[in-house]
Amino acid sequence: MTPVRISVAAAIGSALLILIVLELIRGRRLKERYALLWLATGVALLVLSAWRGGLNTIAGWLGVSGYPPAILFAAAIMFVIAVLLHYSTVLSRLTDDNVLLAQEVALLRARLEALEREATADSAPEPPAG
Amino acid sequence: MSRRVVAVVPAYDEEDAIAGVVDEIRAFDPAIDVVVVDDGSRDSTADAADAAGAVVVRLPFNLGIGAAVQTGFRYALEHGYDVAVRLDGDGQHDPAELPKLLGPLERGEADVVTGSRFRGDDGGYRPPLGRRLGITWFAKLVTLLSRQRVTDTTSGFQALNRPAIALFARDYPSDYPEVEATVLLLKHRLRLTEVPVEMRERETGSSSITVLRSLYYAIKVTLALCIGMARRSAVPTEEANR
Repeated sequence: MTPVRISVAAAIGSALLILIVLELIRGRRLKERYALLWLATGVALLVLSAWRGGLNTIAGWLGVSGYPPAILFAAAIMFVIAVLLHYSTVLSRLTDDNVLLAQEVALLRARLEALEREATADSAPEPPAG
Repeated sequence: MSRRVVAVVPAYDEEDAIAGVVDEIRAFDPAIDVVVVDDGSRDSTADAADAAGAVVVRLPFNLGIGAAVQTGFRYALEHGYDVAVRLDGDGQHDPAELPKLLGPLERGEADVVTGSRFRGDDGGYRPPLGRRLGITWFAKLVTLLSRQRVTDTTSGFQALNRPAIALFARDYPSDYPEVEATVLLLKHRLRLTEVPVEMRERETGSSSITVLRSLYYAIKVTLALCIGMARRSAVPTEEANR
């Protein structure tokens, strides 16, 4: 059976995580699309820590007989891995976008320089006659 | 003859060599427009290229060789060139060899022509052991994957026709890109031909490849190759949207 103190501490921790994430969204420091996984993490951990019978049952299914709170750790680690993987995909997309932007800026700048050169050549004073 | 040719020259910290490269290309054929892609150099590469009369495309920060070369191909595509030739900014590729590269393109025998250091009879080029191993490994791997004999997958000395320019403008691998680019070409059923060329030793600067990095790239590129072969729609197969 899970010690009560562990359940309480884990529930408080999960609730804190949810509150912090909500506060970050409210302050526009975290976009909802990146917050969803964190919220899911917080809710899942909160449920697992508060619902003590459930934790024991799941531990039983998975053959964890000695120490049911290990399931909490396992769940937390799984969610963290999911978040990190998600970030890697986001990072990859940002990298691609960044390269595309840099290329576009460079090509536009080259075009602009060519145009300016042409314009100055056109507006240059006529060569003196004779 | 109205075929328009552009020379794409990627350069990173090559202020000592770049003017020579530009001059050489222009001396070889003044009708070739030279575009130097300055890959965020910390020195005055861009100004040197500009003074030498090249069009300079200045990347705002260092993107790496693959993205730099791709920028050049995008320039070629946007400005409607029929043929692009790629030469490295360090002067190791001799413009006098260009006719060998352009020949098969003109005769319509290939979409991409690569200058290979290993197709010659004398086998004059002997890189250091580590690099030779790497080059051989990739040549064998690409030959296996593409079922076409490829001897030099690391050569950056290439000529491309319009369909190939369009493909590379849309999708070009990043680090150490030539190997993956070879497989990409063959996946898109573009015809690749190799011609023997000689390359010069680097005149200035130092090669960007060190031992540890080569090992890292070798593993990375091998992984990319294997995944690339299995990738769903690695790139859009249609011409269409650039």
